[in-house]
Amino acid sequence: MSTGQDSGTPMDTSAIGGCAPEAAICARGIVRDFESGQTTIRVLHGIDTDIKPGEMTYVVGESGSGKTTLISIMCGILWPTEGEVRVFGTDIYSLSDSELVNFRLNNIGFIFQQYNLIPSIDAAANAAVPLIAQGMEIEEAREKAKVLLDKLNIGDQADKLPSQLSGGQQQRVAIARALVHEPRLVVCDEPTAALDANSGRRVMDLLREVAVAKDRACIIVTHDNRIFDLADRILVLEDGEVTHDGTEMPEDH
Amino acid sequence: MLWIAIRMLTGDAQKFYGLLFGIAFSTLLITQQLTIFVNLIERGASGVYNAPEAEIWVMDPVSRTTDVNYAMPSTALDEVRSVPGVEWAVPHLRAAASVRTGSGDLEGVAIIGVDDATLIGLPERLVEGDKKILAQPDTVIIDDGGVVNLFENGEDPIGQRLELNDQRAVIRGVADSIPSFTSQVTLYTKYSQALNFVPGTRNRLTFVLAGVSEGLTADEVAARIEEQTGLKAETREEFADAGVNFIIENTGIPTNFGITVVLGFVVGVAIVGLTFSLFIRDNIKQFGALKAIGVTNAKIVRMVGAQAALVGTVGYALGVIGTVAFIYAFSGNPFFKGFYIPWQIPLISLVSVIIILAITGFIALRSVLSTEPAAVFR
Repeated sequence: MSTGQDSGTPMDTSAIGGCAPEAAICARGIVRDFESGQTTIRVLHGIDTDIKPGEMTYVVGESGSGKTTLISIMCGILWPTEGEVRVFGTDIYSLSDSELVNFRLNNIGFIFQQYNLIPSIDAAANAAVPLIAQGMEIEEAREKAKVLLDKLNIGDQADKLPSQLSGGQQQRVAIARALVHEPRLVVCDEPTAALDANSGRRVMDLLREVAVAKDRACIIVTHDNRIFDLADRILVLEDGEVTHDGTEMPEDH
Repeated sequence: MLWIAIRMLTGDAQKFYGLLFGIAFSTLLITQQLTIFVNLIERGASGVYNAPEAEIWVMDPVSRTTDVNYAMPSTALDEVRSVPGVEWAVPHLRAAASVRTGSGDLEGVAIIGVDDATLIGLPERLVEGDKKILAQPDTVIIDDGGVVNLFENGEDPIGQRLELNDQRAVIRGVADSIPSFTSQVTLYTKYSQALNFVPGTRNRLTFVLAGVSEGLTADEVAARIEEQTGLKAETREEFADAGVNFIIENTGIPTNFGITVVLGFVVGVAIVGLTFSLFIRDNIKQFGALKAIGVTNAKIVRMVGAQAALVGTVGYALGVIGTVAFIYAFSGNPFFKGFYIPWQIPLISLVSVIIILAITGFIALRSVLSTEPAAVFR
C-alpha cells in the first residue's frame, strides 16, 4: 500500500482517481486473489503505484512476492480481483476483451524471460510479429523489423531461425519484437536471469538505449541484484505489498 | 498471421509429416475400402449388366437375383411374348455346373444360355473371337476373368476342350464381361446347347429377357407382365438393385468393410489428434506469447484452422491419389476389373477428414484458448 518514500520527481496526483495526468500507469487498490482448492490466497494486498514515462522502473522482490502478478495486471493480461489500472489514461479493465487485446497490441511491448520466439520463422519475421498482427503486409513488416535488428546489431542475422542464433541474439530479437510497433509501455520479465553479469549489464544498457524514451515507460521485473544500480526507480515488493519505492535499493536488501 | 501459422506447422517437420500421414492414411483407408466395397457389391448386379439389351427380366416369383433363381416352365416364354407392350422376349438360362479341364482339374462354373437366334444375353463385347462362332457345335465363350482362373499357366484358352456334364465343350471366344461377385468362371453358350450341358431337370428356363415397345416404359410393361402372367418382372435397374441388395442383406461384407472404414476414421482421429495436441503443446508458450502481445482468440482460431486446412488438403489429396494409384496398379488383376471410384466416395472421405480435423482441432484449440496470456510470465 506504500506509494513511496523516495520517489524521485514528485508527481501531480490531483487528476481523476488520484492519478497523475502524466503517469504511464496508475494502479489503485490492486488486489489479486488466487484460488487453490478450498483456499483463497491473496497475492497482492491493495497496491497503489504510478509508473512514469521516460524511466526504467524495476519491480523487484523475492520469488512469490507478487511482482509477476503485479506487472501482469499492469499490462492488461491478468484481471485484478479489486482495483483499477489506467495505462496512459485508459482504464484498461473497463475495456471489452477485444478492446483490451487491441490495446495491448497497439500500446504494449513484451520481452519474455524465455523469449518465446517462434522457432520456424526467421529473426526478422519474429521481430515483425506485432506488426503482422496489426495487419501489416509481411514483407513490409519484415523490412521495418530489419531496421530495428540493425539498430540492435544483429541485422546480419535477420534471415536466421532462432535455433541458429545464440541466446544473446535471441534476446535481441525479442527486444526488437517488443519495440517494433513503437509501444508506449515496454514490459520485461527477468531479462538478465540467464545471463552472466557482463552480458546482463550489456542487455540493460541496450534496453535503456532503445526502450527508454520520454513518452515511453519501461518496467522490468527482476531479482538480479547485479543490475539494480541501472534502475531509475525501484519498487520492492514483499508479500504482495510495496515496501520500498525509490531510486535505489534500500540498505537492508 | 495465417502465414505465421503455416510456417509454425511446416517448420516442425516431424509433426507436419505425422499429421499428413494421419490424414492421408485415414483418407486412403476410407476411400480405398469404400471403393472396393461399392465395386464388390455392384458385382451382385454383374449378370444384369452383362446382358445389356434386356430391359425387363421375367422370372419365377421366388427368384431373387441372377444367381438365386428358380426355373420356370418353358411356356413362360410364350406367356411373356403375349403381353401387349412386349416388343420381344427371349429365353435365358443360368445354371451351375462343374467342368473338367484338359489337365484334369475340376472347376465350378456358371453356364449361361443365350437366345440361339439373337444371342441376346451375351456380353456386348468379346475380347477374342466373334459372337457368330456360337453357331458352331459345342461352342462356349468364356469370360475374361474365367480365363485367368481356369488357365493359370497362361495357356491360350481358344480351342481348349472342357468336359461339361459328360459332354464336350470347346472354348472359341473370350467375353469382356464384368466378373460375378464370386469371380466364378462363366461359360456362355446358346440356349439350346446349354440345355445339353446342364443336368436335366423338368424346368430349366430361368429367365425371360424382354424388350419394351416404343412409347411404353419398362415399368409399365413389367407391371403388365406381372399382372397377366403371374410371374415376377423387374426392370433392368430394379433387378440390378436386387442383386446388390441381396449381397448387402445376406453377407457380412458391409459389416466387415464398415469396420475397416470406422477403423480408418478412428486411426485418423488418433494419429492426427495426438500429433496435433503435441504440436499445440510444444507451441503453447508461443501461442501464449501471441495472446499476450495482442493476438485475439478469433485470430488464434483462424491460425489453427489454417493449419488444419493445410494438413487436411494435402493429406486428403495424398490419400485420394494413393487410392487412384492402388486401383490403377491392380487394374490388370481380374478381381479389380472395371473398378472405379464413384464421386460420392471421395466426398465421404472429405467429410470424414473435415470431421477428424474438426474434432482434433477443437481438442487442440481448447488448450490454446484456455491458456492465460499471463502464463507466459510464469
